[in-house]
Amino acid sequence: MARKKFRLKTREGREAVTGYLFLLPALILLTIFLLYPMATAFYYSLTDFYILRPNDINLVGLANFQMIFSDLEFRNALTNTLYFTILVVPIQISIALGLALLVNKNLKFKIFFRTAYFSPVVMSLVVVSILWTFMYNPNEGLINELLGVFGIPPQSFLTSPDQAMNSIIAMSVWQGAGFQMMIFLAGLQNIPKHLYEAADIDGASTFQKFLHVTLPGLRNVSMFIFITITIAAFKLLVQPMIMTQGGPLGSTKSLVYHIYEVGFNYRDVGYASAMAVVFTLMVFIITIIQRLVVKEERG
Amino acid sequence: MKKKNLLNRIFLYTIMLFLAVLFLFPMLWMLVSSFKNDVQIFRDMTSIQAFLPPMPGTVEGGFFQNYLMAFERVNLFRYILNSLIYTSGIIFFGLIVNSMAGYALARFEFPLRSFWLSVIIATLIIPPESIFLPLYVLVYDLGWVNTYTGLIVPFIANAFAIFLFRQFFLDFPREIEEAAKIDGCSQLGIFFRIIVPLSKPVFATVAIVLFINHWNDFLWPLVVANDDSMRTIQIGLQFFMNQPPVQWGQVMAALTVATVPMLVIFIFLQRYFVQGLTHTGSKN
Repeated sequence: MARKKFRLKTREGREAVTGYLFLLPALILLTIFLLYPMATAFYYSLTDFYILRPNDINLVGLANFQMIFSDLEFRNALTNTLYFTILVVPIQISIALGLALLVNKNLKFKIFFRTAYFSPVVMSLVVVSILWTFMYNPNEGLINELLGVFGIPPQSFLTSPDQAMNSIIAMSVWQGAGFQMMIFLAGLQNIPKHLYEAADIDGASTFQKFLHVTLPGLRNVSMFIFITITIAAFKLLVQPMIMTQGGPLGSTKSLVYHIYEVGFNYRDVGYASAMAVVFTLMVFIITIIQRLVVKEERG
Repeated sequence: MKKKNLLNRIFLYTIMLFLAVLFLFPMLWMLVSSFKNDVQIFRDMTSIQAFLPPMPGTVEGGFFQNYLMAFERVNLFRYILNSLIYTSGIIFFGLIVNSMAGYALARFEFPLRSFWLSVIIATLIIPPESIFLPLYVLVYDLGWVNTYTGLIVPFIANAFAIFLFRQFFLDFPREIEEAAKIDGCSQLGIFFRIIVPLSKPVFATVAIVLFINHWNDFLWPLVVANDDSMRTIQIGLQFFMNQPPVQWGQVMAALTVATVPMLVIFIFLQRYFVQGLTHTGSKN
C-alpha cells in the first residue's frame, strides 16, 4: 500500500498533529529522564568521571569494566545478590501459592485470613526493615524472647555473617508473599469451574486436580510472578542498607548497594556507572531467558 | 467420611490461624508498643502482654507520649508533608500526562504510532536503580537537588501507566466521542470533559499504583533530598532510627505514623488498591 502523504489541512493530518500533541509531554519526559540518563550511564562508564572534579572527564575506554573483574567487593556483592535471589524466589512463590490456595477455599472468615496475610504489604520496606531490626535484636529482641519461651537458645541473626542474609531473606518473604498471593488468587479465580467439575466426574483426587487443572491454569500468572520476583530480588537494596549497612563482614552487601556506595560515598561515578551497566545487562539477560522459557512452555 | 471432613477442617483452620498470627503480629506489636514506654516494651516481650495495649495511667506523660516525643525530636510532620507533596505531585501530573499519551496511542492515527508504543513498552525493562547516578547528575545540573521539582518531575511520565491507560481507552466506546465531535467540541475538550469523567476506574487504579510506588520510594529521595527539610518520611525514618539515643517506643510511633496513609488508602479504597496491585501483577 502506498504511503499517504500527510498534509496539515486534511483530516488525517490534523489527527496526526493532535495525536503527537497528546503524546509529546510523556515522550519528552521519558526521553530526558529515562533514555538520556540511560545513554549517559553508558558514556560515564567509559570515563573517569569523579564528582569532585566534574569538569575534568576523560575517556578511559574499557578500563572500568576491566576493574570489575578484579574487584573482590563487586564479586562479593554479586554473590550475595545471587544467593538472595536464588533463595527468595522459590520460597516466596511457594508460600504465596500456598496462601492463595488456602484463602481460595470456601471457608468462613476467609476475608479476615486474606487481609491478615496481606497486611505486611501495607507497610513500606523501610518500616518493615526497621521493625524487624528490633525484632532480630540478639540481646533483647522480640524473636529471641519468643524463642526463649520454647527453650530455643538465642540466635545472633543480623549480627552474624552466617545468619544475616538468611534473616533478611526470611523477612523479605514475610513482607512480599501477601502481594503475590493476591495475584495468584486472581489467577485461581480465572480457572474455569467446569474443568474441576469434569475432573470430579473422572474421579480425580484433590492432588490430581491440583496437578492437572490448577497448575496448568496458573501457568501464565506463575511465570509472570517468577519474572517480577526475580528482578525485584536482584535489585535488593533497602533491607541491607537499613538493617545491616551491608555487614557483618560484607555478608549482606548487595549489588545495588555497592553501586550506591561507589557512586555516592566514594564519588567514583565512572566506575559506579560501569557496574550499573553490568547490572542492567544482567537484568536484561534474566528477562530474556525467562521470556524464552515462557514462550517454550506456551508452545 | 463426615468425621474425616471435620478433622480436615480443624487442621486447616489451625494452620490458617497460625499463619494469620505470623503475618499479623509484627504490625500489631508495632502498634501496641508505640503506646508503651521502653521499660514496658521489654518487660512485656515474653508474655501475651506484648500484644496488648498498656493499662491506662501506666505510661508516664500519657498514652500518646511517644508520638509527641517523636514529633518533637525530628520533624516528622515535615517528612510526612514532603511525602504527601511528592506523591500527590507525581499522581496529579502523572495522571494528566500519561492518560493523554495512552489516549493518543489508543485513538489517533499518526505516523510512527506503533514505533512509539514499542519504545515506551521497551523502557519498562530499564531498572530505575541503574540510572539513578546519571539522573542525579542531570538533576544537579538543572539545580533541582533538594527541591520538589527534582523529586517529582523525573517520575511524571510512567510507561506502565501509559500502557494501562492505553488498554483502557482501546475498549472505550467511540460513539460518545463522535457525538461530542459533531456537537463541535475540541479534541482537548472531548478528552477532559467527556473521556476523563467517564474513566474514573482506570484513573483511580493508576493513581493508587503511583501512590504505592512513590510513597514507598527510597533510593531517589535518598540521593536527591538530603536536606532535612526536604526528607520524605521513608528517609526520615531511617534518619530517626540512627539517631541516638534510640527510644524504641518513639521509633514504633514514627513507624506507625508512616504506615497510616497506606492503611487509610487500603481501608477506604480497598477495591482499587487490590485492582492496582493485580494490574501491576499482570502487566504482560
